[in-house]
Amino acid sequence: MKIIKIQDLIHRYVRKDDDGKEIETIEAIAGVDLEVEKGQFIAVLGHNGSGKSSLAKHINGLLMPAEGTVYVKGMDTQSEADIWKIRQTAGIVLQNPDNQIVANIVEEDVAFGPENIGVPTEEIWERVAACLEEVGMTAYRMSSPNHLSGGQKQRVAIAGILAMEPDCIILDEPTAMLDPKGRQDVIKTVHRLNQEKGITIILITHKMEEVVEADRLFVMDHGKVVMSGTPTEVFARVDEMKGYGLEVPPAMELTYELRKEGLPLPEIIMTKEELVKELCQLS
Amino acid sequence: MIREITLGQYYKGDSILHKADPRTKILVTIIYIVSLFLAKSVVAYAFATAFLALAIYLSTVPISYMVRGLKAIFMILLFSVIVNMIFIPGRILINFKIFTITYEGLTTAGLMALRLIYLVMGTSLMTLTTTPNRLTDGLEQLLGPLKKLHVPVHEIAMMMSIALRFIPILTEELDKIMKAQMARGASFDEGNLIQKMKSMVPILVPLFVSAVRRANDLAMAMESRCYNGGEGRTKMKPLKYEKRDGSIFLATIVYMAVIVALRILL
Repeated sequence: MKIIKIQDLIHRYVRKDDDGKEIETIEAIAGVDLEVEKGQFIAVLGHNGSGKSSLAKHINGLLMPAEGTVYVKGMDTQSEADIWKIRQTAGIVLQNPDNQIVANIVEEDVAFGPENIGVPTEEIWERVAACLEEVGMTAYRMSSPNHLSGGQKQRVAIAGILAMEPDCIILDEPTAMLDPKGRQDVIKTVHRLNQEKGITIILITHKMEEVVEADRLFVMDHGKVVMSGTPTEVFARVDEMKGYGLEVPPAMELTYELRKEGLPLPEIIMTKEELVKELCQLS
Repeated sequence: MIREITLGQYYKGDSILHKADPRTKILVTIIYIVSLFLAKSVVAYAFATAFLALAIYLSTVPISYMVRGLKAIFMILLFSVIVNMIFIPGRILINFKIFTITYEGLTTAGLMALRLIYLVMGTSLMTLTTTPNRLTDGLEQLLGPLKKLHVPVHEIAMMMSIALRFIPILTEELDKIMKAQMARGASFDEGNLIQKMKSMVPILVPLFVSAVRRANDLAMAMESRCYNGGEGRTKMKPLKYEKRDGSIFLATIVYMAVIVALRILL
C-alpha cells in the first residue's frame, strides 16, 4: 500500500520588496513525483536549499502545494477536513530540538500530542510510558527538557510524535545540531521504530552515513528529485553525487577511485574498517 | 541577573504543599495577601507570621530559597521604609534638622516592611511548591468562567507556560550573545546611562531575531502535533480536589476568621 503519494508537486516562495511588490519567485520544489510504500525506510538527501525541508513540510500539511497534490494514506493535504487526521498519521520531527518541546517536563511534553487529539487521561498515561520506553528515555520522564542533551531532547521529540500513534514519521534533519553520540542514538532509535513497529520513516538529511541502511534513497537538487534508488545504486554514482554538492564519506570515495583503477572491491564500502578488511583480503 | 529571581523556580519536593491542588494554593495565597492588608495590629501580624512559618515548615523548602527571592525587592523595601519613617506625623522620637522620626512612623514602617516581605515570601512559596505547568493549569481552571466573556483563557495559559519554558533558553542565548559581542570588543558597563543603553542594542537585536525564529519553529511544531486551541483537548493530569485540599482550606478559613475578628475587635 502506498502511504504517501506526491504528484507534480510545485512550491513557490515569493519574495517581496518593502512596497509589497514581488521581486522574484523561487521554486523551492519544482515538480516532484514520489511514492512511499508503507513500512519503508526512506531517505531524502540534498544540500542546503535543495528543497528537501520544504518537501517534508508538505507531507505533514504545514506547507500547501502551489500546484500538484500530496496524498497521505489517500487523504489530500489540501482538504481542511482531513488536516488533523493527516498530521496525526504523518508526524514530523524538526531540526532544532529546543524549539519543538512545548512543556516543562519530559512526560508532559510527550503527552502534548495525545492531549490535542483528545485521548482519554488513562490512555495518555499508558502511551507516554510506552513511548518513553520505546526511545529509551524512561529514566528522564520527570526531568526538565533544559537539563537534557541534544540527542536526548530529540528522542523526547520522537516520543512526542510516537504518542500520537502515527503510521509515518518524517524527520527533518534531526541530527544536524547533535554531537556524534546523540546522532547515533537518534538514528538507532529511528531504525528500531521502523523495524519493530513497522512505522514508515522518511529521513531528510545531508549525511551519507545515516542513509546506508535505508530501503530507498532520493537525492534532491534545486527542487527536483535527481537520483533515486537503493543506497547501493545511488552510491555507485560518486561523481554525480559530488556534482549535487553532497559529501561522500572518505572510505567510499577511496573505494570508488580504487575500483576505477581496476581493483576488485565491492561497490559499497562505507567505513574505514570495512575498507581495511577488504583490502587485506586482496592479494 | 535573571537567574537570581526565585519567582517561577520550582523546588522539588514531596510535601503536602507540593501535592496540593494548584487552585487551592492560588486561592490560599490570595486569601493570605488579603489578610496581610487587613492586619493592622501586632497580634494580627503574629498570626500572619505563624501561618507563613507553618506553611514554610510544611513545604520543606529551605528558608534560604525565599530569602533569595527577597533580594529582588530590596530597593522597594528600603524606599518604602524610609518614606514611611520620615513622613508620618506623631510622637517625635528623634529630631534631625529637616526630618523627624516618629513613633508612629517607625511602627508603620516596620509593619509595612513585614507586609512586603510576607507578600513576596507567600507568593514565592506558592511558586516554589508548584511546577509552572500546574500553576498555569490552575489559573486556567480558576479563570475558566471568563471564557463566557470571550477572554481567551486557554490561550493565555498556554502562552504563560511557553514563556516559562523559554526563559532559561533565552537567558542562555543572551549570555552567549553578550560573550560573542564582548569577544569583539564590546563593553557593557562603560560610559553614562545613554551610552550603556546604546550598547544594549547589539545584544537585543540578535536576541529578538532569534526569539522570533524560535517562536516560528515552535508554532510549526505545535501545529504539526495537532494543536488546535483549547477545544476538545484532554489532559494528562486533570486537576482534582482531594482531602488535603479540604484541610488546607479549613485551616485558611480559620486563620482568615481570626484576622477579620482581630481587625473588628482591636
